[in-house]
Amino acid sequence: MKRLLMGTVALVALGAAPVGAQQSVKIGFVSTFSGPTAVIGNDMRNSFELALDHLGRKMAGKPVEVIYEDDQQKPEVGVQKTQKLVESDKVDFVIGYIWSNVLLASLKPVVDSQTFLISANAGPSQIAGEQCSPFFFSTSWQNDQTPQAMGTYMTQKGVKTAFLIGPNYAAGKDMLTGVRTTFKGQVIGEELTKWPDQLDFSTELSKVRAARPEAVFVFYPGAAGVQFLTQYAQSGLKGQIPLYTAFTIDAITLPLQKDLALGVPGAQEWVNDLPNDANKKFVADFRAKHKNYPSFYGAQSYDAANFANSAVVAVNGDLSKKDAMRAEMRKANYASVRGPYKYGNNQFPIQNFYLQDVVKDAEGNFTLKTVTTIVKDSQDQFHEKCPMKW
Amino acid sequence: MLLFIEQCLNGLQFGLLLFLLAAGLTLVFGIMDLVNLAHGSLYMLGAYFAATFAAWTDSFVLGALLALAATLVVGMALEVVALRRLYGRDHLDHVLGTFGLILFFNELVRLVWGPAGMSLSLPMWLIPPVEILPGLFYPTYRIAIILTALLVALFLYVLVMRTRLGMLVRAGASNREMTGALGVNISLLYTLVFGLGAALAGLAGLMQAPILTVQIGMGENILILAFVVIIIGGIGSIRGAFIAAILVGLIDTIGRAFLPDLLRLVLSSRGASTVAPAMSSMMIYLLMAIVLVLRPEGLFPVSSK
Repeated sequence: MKRLLMGTVALVALGAAPVGAQQSVKIGFVSTFSGPTAVIGNDMRNSFELALDHLGRKMAGKPVEVIYEDDQQKPEVGVQKTQKLVESDKVDFVIGYIWSNVLLASLKPVVDSQTFLISANAGPSQIAGEQCSPFFFSTSWQNDQTPQAMGTYMTQKGVKTAFLIGPNYAAGKDMLTGVRTTFKGQVIGEELTKWPDQLDFSTELSKVRAARPEAVFVFYPGAAGVQFLTQYAQSGLKGQIPLYTAFTIDAITLPLQKDLALGVPGAQEWVNDLPNDANKKFVADFRAKHKNYPSFYGAQSYDAANFANSAVVAVNGDLSKKDAMRAEMRKANYASVRGPYKYGNNQFPIQNFYLQDVVKDAEGNFTLKTVTTIVKDSQDQFHEKCPMKW
Repeated sequence: MLLFIEQCLNGLQFGLLLFLLAAGLTLVFGIMDLVNLAHGSLYMLGAYFAATFAAWTDSFVLGALLALAATLVVGMALEVVALRRLYGRDHLDHVLGTFGLILFFNELVRLVWGPAGMSLSLPMWLIPPVEILPGLFYPTYRIAIILTALLVALFLYVLVMRTRLGMLVRAGASNREMTGALGVNISLLYTLVFGLGAALAGLAGLMQAPILTVQIGMGENILILAFVVIIIGGIGSIRGAFIAAILVGLIDTIGRAFLPDLLRLVLSSRGASTVAPAMSSMMIYLLMAIVLVLRPEGLFPVSSK
């Protein structure tokens, strides 16, 4: 119903302003707006809208028009919606994508039509390597980078043996590969679970108990992260075997995880307390408007809007100058909320990763805080497989 | 060996949970001849009610009891308002009508409770694991689920086989008109049966809530398994649902637990952990296919039809 309404609104808007449509910057935003993971999509949309508000809803003087599409967390739906945005809406940018499998399915129609795609979250290894494209940019990370930072931290902590658990899809496999590359101890067990339907991890937790590792690493984004932490506590493993995470504890899941997340470290390229001006403004205004803390999904979406703006401004609103836009985008010349970063040859960020911890703020809300920088200027390990050079 | 016992307990717990869901489904399908896709929505409502009432009363048990009563009432109301109009019709109309109800309930929950989902925390006495065998610790809450579901199974058996109400239910199932002609209020009986089915779904949902999160659409995936269970067990048979649910639960869990290790003997480690989850979920459907070929009526067919 909501989609129908939104579609109608979009149609009416198109019909009403046939001349104005060419004068505006059109952005298609693909994320998950229905089902259990819709909270993530909503957080991304709220942050993206906030960025547009901060830009006065204009880029280089042109009004910005955004069309939001729901991928339902399904690759086949995502690619359909993406094709619609590119072929019938003729958007100038396609932005969004939480899920690596959805992004992998949707990449081709966008870059083949020479439209810029900015991933605000998913970073599958394939796109960082062989499938890299001059029309693809990331304002997030390559999937392996965050778990690599965690693996480094686990090595620093002197962990000798670890058990890895994650979901069986593109990002899940990237995450577990990522930890393995930097963790110097021994991996004594690895489990991939059915995604997204398996939510009961009793079988895997029983195996952990039998394997007796010194540490467990998990990657479970969204509600699955809540379920994993709950079951980890119920199984009695919480006090016995320390847990290390990537993308499992964030501003969206924390209100449900509460105490269960205390003392469980995570790694991230952005944390809400990073001390730069752009970030302070983003977090303060987001909290004023939506009451809760923004998540890293939101921060990357906020960045994506400002990143696109930098390209539009560089060509003075002439969106046909794609080479000039790309040249500007490669400089990452905008105020990112994570602080300054650079782009590698595959157009993925080269950036710092921070260790984050769960704390309570002054009002008693659970939130995340930066503990230390784990790695400086981390670049993904697949960029050498990308033939693009500049 | 301890690991094997622990995995069997995991399978048993999952199977018994499926049984609660499948029992209501098979009662409604077998006795009222109604295909109810919205059964998963009642499971979801049970979980939402429990999370809400537990927060109000500050007691997990009280919240669960209230939620059970609330799902019973919602189920009976649903039968009177909507489903009663579907009885005489084709199964396709049932599917269409109850699919509409899924969408209705999902939106209703979004309006009432919001899109973010809820969590239901356990009381302290259910959290620490207990040592059931030397060296074998098992989550107390999962043991509580196993015991509750076994009690419900016993209660259903006594209710259907040993009470007057159960006799009427069985009579209504085998010949609706004749039972009505003998002066039994069939429509009231159906409302009660549907309410009971709804309460069972709600019980499954609220017991699952502390393990998983309470969220929109949580009943949809598990409903497919519940349908597989009633097809394997024989439609309308509580006993069939019981055996089939435990079978499905064990196969699913044991498959997930030991297939990767077996596959690692022939495949690379990564290959095995990628293939195993897909294969173990296939095994359930394989079992269903075999049962359908050998015994199309299910393992325990209800002969009266």
